[in-house]
Amino acid sequence: MDSRRIVNSIATITTAVAAFAVVGVLVIILSYISYQGVSSLSWQFLVETPKPVGEGGGIGNAIVGSLIMLGLASLLGVPIGVAVGTYLSEMGDGWFGTTVRFVADTLIGVPSIVFGVFIYALVVLQQGYFSTLAGSLALALIMIPIITRTTEEMTKLVPKTMREGALALGAPQWRVTLDIVLPAALSGIATGVMLAVARVLGETAPLLFTAFGSRFYNIYLDEPMASLTVQIYNYAISPFDEWHDKAWAATMVLVGMILLINITMRYVTRKRY
Amino acid sequence: MSKISVTDLNFYYGKAQALYNISIEIPEREVVAFIGPSGCGKSTFLRTLNRMNDTIPLTRAEGKVLIDGEDIYRPNTDVVKLRRRVGMVFQKSNPFPKSIFENVAYGIRINRIHSDKADLNGRVEKALRDAALWEEVKDRLQSSAFGLSGGQQQRLCIARALAVQPEVVLMDEPASALDPSATQKIEELVVQLKQQYTIVIVTHNMQQAARVSDRTAFFMLGKLIEYNPTQKMFTNPDEQLTEDYITGRFG
Amino acid sequence: MNTAARSKFLSGDTFFRLALASCASLILLIVIGMVVVMTNNSWLSIKEFGIGFLYGTTWDPIKGQFGALPFIYGTIVSALLAVLIATPLSIAVAIFFVEQAPKSIARPMAFLVELLAAIPSVVYGLWAIFVLAPFLREYVYPPLQTYLGWLPFFSGSATGLGMLTGGIILAIMITPIITAVVRDVLEAVPMTQREAALALGATDWEKTRIVLANASSGIAGAVILGLGRAIGETMAITMVIGNRPQISASLFEPGYTIASVIANEFTEATGELYISALVEMCLILFVVTFVVNAFAKLLILSVGNKNTAAG
Repeated sequence: MDSRRIVNSIATITTAVAAFAVVGVLVIILSYISYQGVSSLSWQFLVETPKPVGEGGGIGNAIVGSLIMLGLASLLGVPIGVAVGTYLSEMGDGWFGTTVRFVADTLIGVPSIVFGVFIYALVVLQQGYFSTLAGSLALALIMIPIITRTTEEMTKLVPKTMREGALALGAPQWRVTLDIVLPAALSGIATGVMLAVARVLGETAPLLFTAFGSRFYNIYLDEPMASLTVQIYNYAISPFDEWHDKAWAATMVLVGMILLINITMRYVTRKRY
Repeated sequence: MSKISVTDLNFYYGKAQALYNISIEIPEREVVAFIGPSGCGKSTFLRTLNRMNDTIPLTRAEGKVLIDGEDIYRPNTDVVKLRRRVGMVFQKSNPFPKSIFENVAYGIRINRIHSDKADLNGRVEKALRDAALWEEVKDRLQSSAFGLSGGQQQRLCIARALAVQPEVVLMDEPASALDPSATQKIEELVVQLKQQYTIVIVTHNMQQAARVSDRTAFFMLGKLIEYNPTQKMFTNPDEQLTEDYITGRFG
Repeated sequence: MNTAARSKFLSGDTFFRLALASCASLILLIVIGMVVVMTNNSWLSIKEFGIGFLYGTTWDPIKGQFGALPFIYGTIVSALLAVLIATPLSIAVAIFFVEQAPKSIARPMAFLVELLAAIPSVVYGLWAIFVLAPFLREYVYPPLQTYLGWLPFFSGSATGLGMLTGGIILAIMITPIITAVVRDVLEAVPMTQREAALALGATDWEKTRIVLANASSGIAGAVILGLGRAIGETMAITMVIGNRPQISASLFEPGYTIASVIANEFTEATGELYISALVEMCLILFVVTFVVNAFAKLLILSVGNKNTAAG
């Protein structure tokens, strides 16, 4: 009897320690980023373009680049992802739906660098130059399966009785879906979209050889484009301490944006239930 | 001629048969109640009358269901048009996440029944009056339907069904989730509505069937055991099974 | 029956279904397109090296010799290290959240663990270079050398940048992913299983073991899912694994992974054969992660099916 109690206590303590340790890692990482990042953070840093070592410079063009590519990727990825998710939830019971669902779920786990290489071969090689467009396409490909899954999950939460209520009034399926199901699932879908955006905002590997990077402000689709993540990577692997400081400051901005999205979405969805 | 005429209807969920050789005649402007123990097929049968079961995969119906002499299971039937003619009210009230007004207006809009904005308003008001809800909601038509009480929500769903001017109204245990006073309102409404509509109501409550219906059909294990005028059914049923059920010897 | 023919030739519903279905088919087109395009672009290398590409150990762009074995080795070893560390940790954390902690503690903590999964790979890399690697070099590797140095895994000198550091940062990154799936799997175990165990006088831990037995295939799926992520993880490991294509028993030594070599060399690769070899690496990575993920998904699905069948 006693030995069972002892085993039980040891197990409880072990799992608690594990849980607090993992949360501890998060705390350590976040506080180190803030500690290192805050010293180099300034208005100039946020608006200037990168400059040679010793001359200052910042991440203004990288922030703009990330946002532009994110916007373009969403323009393509959100409608497609929502459409596929809606298809899967409203009419995806057959073999075709099952296959698409399975492939989409599996695509979520495919390394993002693979999408980068794919777009490189498909777009960059054909056009002969790195471009904003190529970077956005790679990000869109990463978004689509994620948004597909959350859209399906969220639309499936809409009660079946609500669909039947509309069908019983003589509404065709397309109207039931567009008028009733999607509006009812809207806030859930929006949350899923924002989380996908946050995820893609942190992607580096797929941009390395699509958007490549740039030292200038740019708004053209057919030119290389800077991004926060690639800029962080370049600063981080450089041999200069000053650039390492810039990497931390840029990281603080990036992680701040991502956590803000995550926490806001968490707060919004919690209020609903 | 009967409004609804069903001959030898069999219904299957995949390989499992849920209804066996149902034949029944439902006259116009009467209330017909379906009673029976749970799982007896009464709701399944109700849902074959507007082909709502089509939405469940792997279901199959055999036999004839005629409404005004037309077989609704004919291959080229327009299910959408059918459902406009045969309205339905569900067990649990299912208002849309829209305002009270928009809930009632929805069916009118999608079927393009109204001529202009004023006509739409008039039709919404009439439907709400017919559902005995107008006085309670006329001052807050633009507020969310979810703010209504359970009984009001169910009457809103009835108003929504009436607004598209159906010929038949199917009600699937419409009062089962409501308290006694809300139930009473719904029952009074059913009796009134038969002036204009043919009503089929599924209920597990025998007193309710006795109170509101002109005819009653008793189902068990997917079979129609007895179908008679309500008066006779509850005083002098033909079948021993019916009598056992009504007197509470099982179920 | 479900698709009743409409009188009109192309009704709204038919059009709607077609439109959504064509969007859905895009998903399949993407996968097929990826295989075709990458096979096409790696054809030169496939033709030149054949199956030998997989076991060739020389990676020499100047001589045009490309063998993938050191990278395959580095990928497998670092991913296995990560899974070895992350699995017990993740299962313990998930058990704490689902079976032991009160909801008021478990919920916010679980959210913090989810946030860990939201941190970008490049940020983990940055932190690993400047914080984790120096820490391991100063405080963890020296005792390992002193006490376990007789094992080939812990021989040689430790610079902090190498296979083990790579495995550890991967472990930190996949822990929240495995934890989240294990949590879902544990929550899917019917409450009656727990009640049955407790009613027999089981302790909390004995009850948990019953739950774990119910969830075993789902947990396996979660671990394999984590393995898939570790295999494909790019930025963080590129920044700390040392990037040297070699096969060494010592975990302190630098290594190289498939994803890392693509990230490092793709933009600088000159010559068609070089690029072709890198694309072939990517194709291998794609196929392997796709299969691993599909397998994991099937395992996780099997738990859901079992529980719905019972309930």
